[in-house]
Amino acid sequence: MSAPARSLRARRDPLAEPAAQRARLDAAMPPGPRFEERLAAAGWPALHRGALGTLQLNLGKLCNMSCAHCHVDAGPDRLAENMSAETAARCVELITALDVHTVDLTGGAPELSPHFRPLVAAARAAGRHVIDRCNLSVLLLASQSDLAAFLAENEVEVVASLPHPKAQSTDAQRGDGAFARSLEGLRRLNAVGYGQGDPRRRLTLMHNPAGAFLPGGQAGLERLYRDTLRRSHGLTFDRLIALNNMPISRFLAWLEAQGQTEAYMELLTRSFNPAAVAGLMCRDTLSVGWDGQIYDCDFNQMLEMPIGGPSAGRSIFDLDLEALAATPVRTGAHCLGCTAGAGSSCGGATA
Amino acid sequence: MSESSAPKAPSTYYAPADLQKFGQIAQGNPALAEAFFGYYNQVFAEGALTAREKALIALAVAHTVQCPYCIDAYTSACLENGADLPEMTEALHVATAIRGGASLVHGVQMLEQVKRKGMA
Repeated sequence: MSAPARSLRARRDPLAEPAAQRARLDAAMPPGPRFEERLAAAGWPALHRGALGTLQLNLGKLCNMSCAHCHVDAGPDRLAENMSAETAARCVELITALDVHTVDLTGGAPELSPHFRPLVAAARAAGRHVIDRCNLSVLLLASQSDLAAFLAENEVEVVASLPHPKAQSTDAQRGDGAFARSLEGLRRLNAVGYGQGDPRRRLTLMHNPAGAFLPGGQAGLERLYRDTLRRSHGLTFDRLIALNNMPISRFLAWLEAQGQTEAYMELLTRSFNPAAVAGLMCRDTLSVGWDGQIYDCDFNQMLEMPIGGPSAGRSIFDLDLEALAATPVRTGAHCLGCTAGAGSSCGGATA
Repeated sequence: MSESSAPKAPSTYYAPADLQKFGQIAQGNPALAEAFFGYYNQVFAEGALTAREKALIALAVAHTVQCPYCIDAYTSACLENGADLPEMTEALHVATAIRGGASLVHGVQMLEQVKRKGMA
């Protein structure tokens, strides 16, 4: 797995189009029951939400990195698709108005948005737990030299991508030198109190496989990361979560290049775990796109599958919570990525 | 004439898809299969050794017994549990060293016989 220099969009890859991705996934499914039929057989005739707990805001596709597995097709060239001031202002209203315990900020690299810090401040003022989905290397940018201190001061949980505790696998997925930059990012977070058991400075590492396989046990991987990072680099963190790679966007393009798409869909299908369904993030999360559109999850967002129900309620500007509660989550073949093995959600394993 | 529902004769002795059919071995004796797979799963659970360490051992043994199914399965298990290529390669060299060493150490038998029977 080596990181492409540019986004699918910049490369004019046909898989930059969400419709092309959805069609490819449907075609790559193995024979047998589809995701929705498997759900129904497991006692979920429709995937309904539980109580709303998390408001996840995707601030846009701009990122300082171009990782090989990125489901957002983010990168330095994605300058157009980023949250406007008007949308951010409406998000601030929602943060206060909605009964959510967590505001989860993602991207791209969300910190690069001019609205990131005001959104953090608003969420903290409203008493919400705030998550920053951080690529670590962003902490090294000259413009972000005070980022670690800002996050610590605002008691933001940092959920940081680190595919492997050694350089080779991490660099294969995130680009040459990414591991070294990640370590420096971790060093800066440790220096301001992250990763030392303080719940106000929680540092969560996020593992995802560097290839077409599922993560092993989350607890065992956490021990491996903990021992390796402490022994080799003197670095600490609070917990590790393991996520499956979603077969969309750049990871799908990589599967295609490897001739592994069918095999990966077969693996996800064979690994369908009914016990992973109840904890899926789509059941307690509202996902907001950079343009204010509402989705069931960040993956549906990237596949341009807005929430079901009346089209009038598909934006943060005309959000209808009652209609939303009655509308099942929209699903597709890609959902097998979240129900495979130990399950996969923004919070890690679900089963 | 209707087509036979019996499996077609395989074109090779090993088919990658057969690994997923391993459980079908229960058809001939469910009790023994249940006992075997129960034991097997217990062996690979985290214990005094981690799942990663056990996967590396299994990968080395898989190459020693030259089982293509096991090589596929434990290459995946090693990767899933965070082992990387240098670690996996070293595990194979352990198997190779023991296997080569097992031949070479029999040379002592040869040597002693040479000393008994030869005039050198």
